[in-house]
Amino acid sequence: MRLVAGFSAAVFALALWQATVMLTGVPRFILPGPALVAETWWTSRALIAGHAVVTATEILLGLLIGAGLGIAVALLLASSRGARVFLQPILVFSQTLPVFALAPILTLWLGYGLGSKVAMAVLIVFFPVASAFLDGLLRTPRGYLDLARTMQARPLAVLWHIRIPAALPALASGLRLSAVYAPIGAVIGEWVGASEGLGYLMLLANGRSKTDLMFAALFTLSILSIALFYAMKAATEPWSRQARDDA
Amino acid sequence: MSQAPALRVSGSARLPEAVLFDALDLELLPARWTCLLGPSGVGKSTILRFIAGLDTQAVFQGRITSDLGPNIPRNVAYMAQEDLLLPWASIRDNLALGARLRGEPIDQERLQRLLDRVGLSKLANRKPRTLSGGQRQRAALARTLMEDKPLVLLDEPFSALDARTRSDMQDLAFSLLKGRTVLLVTHDPGEAARLAHRIVVMSDQGLVEIDPPPGDAPRAVDDPDMLAAQGRLMSRLREGG
Repeated sequence: MRLVAGFSAAVFALALWQATVMLTGVPRFILPGPALVAETWWTSRALIAGHAVVTATEILLGLLIGAGLGIAVALLLASSRGARVFLQPILVFSQTLPVFALAPILTLWLGYGLGSKVAMAVLIVFFPVASAFLDGLLRTPRGYLDLARTMQARPLAVLWHIRIPAALPALASGLRLSAVYAPIGAVIGEWVGASEGLGYLMLLANGRSKTDLMFAALFTLSILSIALFYAMKAATEPWSRQARDDA
Repeated sequence: MSQAPALRVSGSARLPEAVLFDALDLELLPARWTCLLGPSGVGKSTILRFIAGLDTQAVFQGRITSDLGPNIPRNVAYMAQEDLLLPWASIRDNLALGARLRGEPIDQERLQRLLDRVGLSKLANRKPRTLSGGQRQRAALARTLMEDKPLVLLDEPFSALDARTRSDMQDLAFSLLKGRTVLLVTHDPGEAARLAHRIVVMSDQGLVEIDPPPGDAPRAVDDPDMLAAQGRLMSRLREGG
């Protein structure tokens, strides 16, 4: 039912878009219709696919490294009150810096290749994962911790057998959020300086008034992001189900 | 398991802005069930938490002594109102939790024996969410027994169960915890009248010991003496201890 509703909404939006273009006669370099975008997407599929592979690689690497770092930092902060006191303000301060403003610096430091784009994605992915997982680790139900204490548990064993599993639903939320954010980081990195990737292709098409190609690249990026989100959702579904069962 | 100990709690407890209880003197007899009754907020569960070495909002000033020696919390098994079964772990893994948390090998034979005794062998690989309230509480009881400690602290463990399951659980717990010193915190006068060797009512005025009904525990649910004792206890609680 939801699928049918979503499909109907998409068809309606596309029809409205096509009708607007036809009725207003707006030039194709300002707003191409969806039929033209689809045609360009098909005829330029090899070009778009090549750039999409580059962007997808940046996103996946950024997601992998950013989530890994986020998980590691959350574990460190959850295990040590000293680390929390020392590092948490730095982490919060780091989030007051607009990540987009860092893109030129990262390009300067890491060059025009893959590195600067992956670094942008890492920066964007890191905080939601670290923050959500840390929150989960610090909110272990008190009853479990009491039980562990009466069992004379070792702190590391409590972390492994109780606190981490109890925090997995929170980590799942962070990872799903990061799957949405990661493509933004990669594309911004490509906008600042790149020779390949969907962000680069969009800028190139825009500069040559090939708005239909720009929309086709945007459409591809959107499909990539949606696919990534649903893949992450499926991968983390058992953890989310655990939270629902526990409620 | 070491021999069932006697235990004595004497002292007072303060909350940040009030006295929780003062000049309290509670004695647990070895291998006996002591039932602690009283209104909410009087400090029953706090006493239990002090004995178990758990954090509370109150500060205890006094002594907790036992023939177990100084490290009483090491000899305590604890069962709370919530079953506290880990939802991501199977029933079998929940029973093995204590050993895993201490990094000890799991006594599989004992685990299986306990699963048999609480009637959960066929459900051992299921997750807690697939079990009924009574089955979950039986699993929690088996986990408590897996700890094999001489002193068992029960904090209203059967209060969320329906009447029939509760009486079944009372019988099962009484039989499985034989030979251990048990402190049962409860709101239910009937539960105390069925299970107690000693009944202690706690109120703002302190502790009052009430004679348990005659006959061996666990007493039958329709035992006239037990029902009369339940009535007397109820009246006493309604009068404020």
